[in-house]
Amino acid sequence: MTLADHLTILPIAIPALAAPACVLVMRRRRRLGMAISALSCLLMLAAALALLARAMDGTITAYALGDWPAPFGIVLVADRLAAIMLVLTATLGLIALAHAIITRADRKGWHFHALFQFQLMGLNGAFLTGDLFNLFVFFEVLLIASYGLMLHGQGPARLKAGVQYVVVNLVGSALFLIALGLLYALTGTLNMADMGARVAAIAPADQGLLRIAALLLVSVFALKAALAPLHLWLVRTYAVATPAVAALFAIMTKVGVYALIRVVPQVFGESAGAAAFVPAPWLWPAALVSAVIGFAGVFVARALAEQAAFAVIGSTGTLLIAVSGWQVASLGAGLFYLVHSTLAAAALFLVADVAARRRGAFADSAAPGPAFADRAGVGLAFLLAGIGVAGLPPLSGFLGKLMILKAAAAQPQWGWAWGVILGTTLIAVIGFARVGSAVFWKTAPVAEGPPAPASRADLITPALALALLGALAAGAGWASALAEDAARQVLDPAASARAVLGRGAP
Amino acid sequence: MTYEFLVASAIGVLVAGGIYLALRARTFQVVLGLTLISHAVNLFLFASGRLVLARPPILAKGVNHYTDPLPQALVLTAIVITFGMTALVVILALRSFLETGSDHVDGAIVPCDGQDGMAESAGEGEAP
Repeated sequence: MTLADHLTILPIAIPALAAPACVLVMRRRRRLGMAISALSCLLMLAAALALLARAMDGTITAYALGDWPAPFGIVLVADRLAAIMLVLTATLGLIALAHAIITRADRKGWHFHALFQFQLMGLNGAFLTGDLFNLFVFFEVLLIASYGLMLHGQGPARLKAGVQYVVVNLVGSALFLIALGLLYALTGTLNMADMGARVAAIAPADQGLLRIAALLLVSVFALKAALAPLHLWLVRTYAVATPAVAALFAIMTKVGVYALIRVVPQVFGESAGAAAFVPAPWLWPAALVSAVIGFAGVFVARALAEQAAFAVIGSTGTLLIAVSGWQVASLGAGLFYLVHSTLAAAALFLVADVAARRRGAFADSAAPGPAFADRAGVGLAFLLAGIGVAGLPPLSGFLGKLMILKAAAAQPQWGWAWGVILGTTLIAVIGFARVGSAVFWKTAPVAEGPPAPASRADLITPALALALLGALAAGAGWASALAEDAARQVLDPAASARAVLGRGAP
Repeated sequence: MTYEFLVASAIGVLVAGGIYLALRARTFQVVLGLTLISHAVNLFLFASGRLVLARPPILAKGVNHYTDPLPQALVLTAIVITFGMTALVVILALRSFLETGSDHVDGAIVPCDGQDGMAESAGEGEAP
């Protein structure tokens, strides 16, 4: 076996090795710890790009851990969708890590880098695994790391929000386990591909249990994705988290969406008989409501970070409007929008931090304060991030929303999708204009002047995220074709079952 | 029949008590509720491999009836994770109580009954 055969495990192995190394060297040599963390992110990006290059032609790589054959052993599955998500995670991780190092946010506690690496390990594992119980385990890994990262820097507001965040996610984990237990009792397997093949043969008497299991599983993923009405935990958590961490958390809700995209077609797909696409009638209205709630929150937010958190809810809603069609065109448009909205939300969190660092006591509140340093530059970055999140040209959000609208037009009840997406875009534009003019335009006379101008280095990371959005818009033809290919692959569970189980699956 | 009924009703009672406690306003009761729920989930996972009495979980010669070993491995993983999480949430609730002076989950500043003036002094500076 050569290294190329083990490429699939690298995105999990690299951070798993880097995290303990960070813990060991951090106390004595802080710079070495940072270097290990940054190097690990770069290696992860390289491994993810190599995986994407391999998956590009439609190859599905199944990696049997310990060489135990599926469905008895645990498999990692790298297809187009998994590779896209890995590249996105590594890119976002690199940007968030650079921001934490530049703003020295990582110095507020000893274990920032170790937790950051474990977070990336959990994310990568969740994207790669082909086994439902391992999905649970990697969810726990990323959640446990996120508890630590969310509390990084501490303070009463973070602790208070942290208790709620942990309690909500513990209940979510309990529901996940109940759903897993039901599915195992019904099918006798935990391998997703194998389960998809066995679900069709379930006795009519057990169909009720199967539906309950499917809906429980979907509600857990909806909780992670912050889909209405399970979105209430998100705003408070993300608004008080350290901004570099919040930028990384922009992908956490997408993990829930990813799990939906992965599990629903594979296990509850067309071949599932009576349980085929059980969650579809529930997801569609919930997605519409989330888009409305999220962008209405953008409209009324009282602080920049709170606005960015609401934008995450709104963009997840928009994304799920596309996903819940379960067609190749709509899912492809959704995947393109997923990449875009993750980067756009991260850029918004970073810009909010850059502004807050220059405004002294006003921090990121959406009220006029004293004129601060680099106002024009930060304002421009906020304008671009707002354009990205709202979905206006020239950034990629415009193309993403356009593709979603086009795909939705082919479906029944498309009027609702069009009305909600176009209406929420307008509301978001007005919301960003209101907050932007208060923060970057108006000036309120205050007793003490603005704090001394900080170094401009912290503008690099939001600029980088915005440049990636621009690049995504410029390469939209290539990216949307890739997204559509990935969607086609996801909606063809038989091909993936053949690759995983190594035999002619039904 | 009676064995299944016993296990099923035990899980049901644990879940009901857990949900009741998890919906309470104070962190300690919520933690207890979460513990009850995770107990119930562990029992449930264990039962998902069917309830079989006095059978070996490993392959052996001359044995035809087995109990399913996989749920036992799953329960072990779940127990480890929930144990760690319970410890974390207890510490977190304690820190949150000491820093904000309130043990209410929703962040409301409610003075704790008979506390030594802590709620008045420590509750300031908290975002509503």
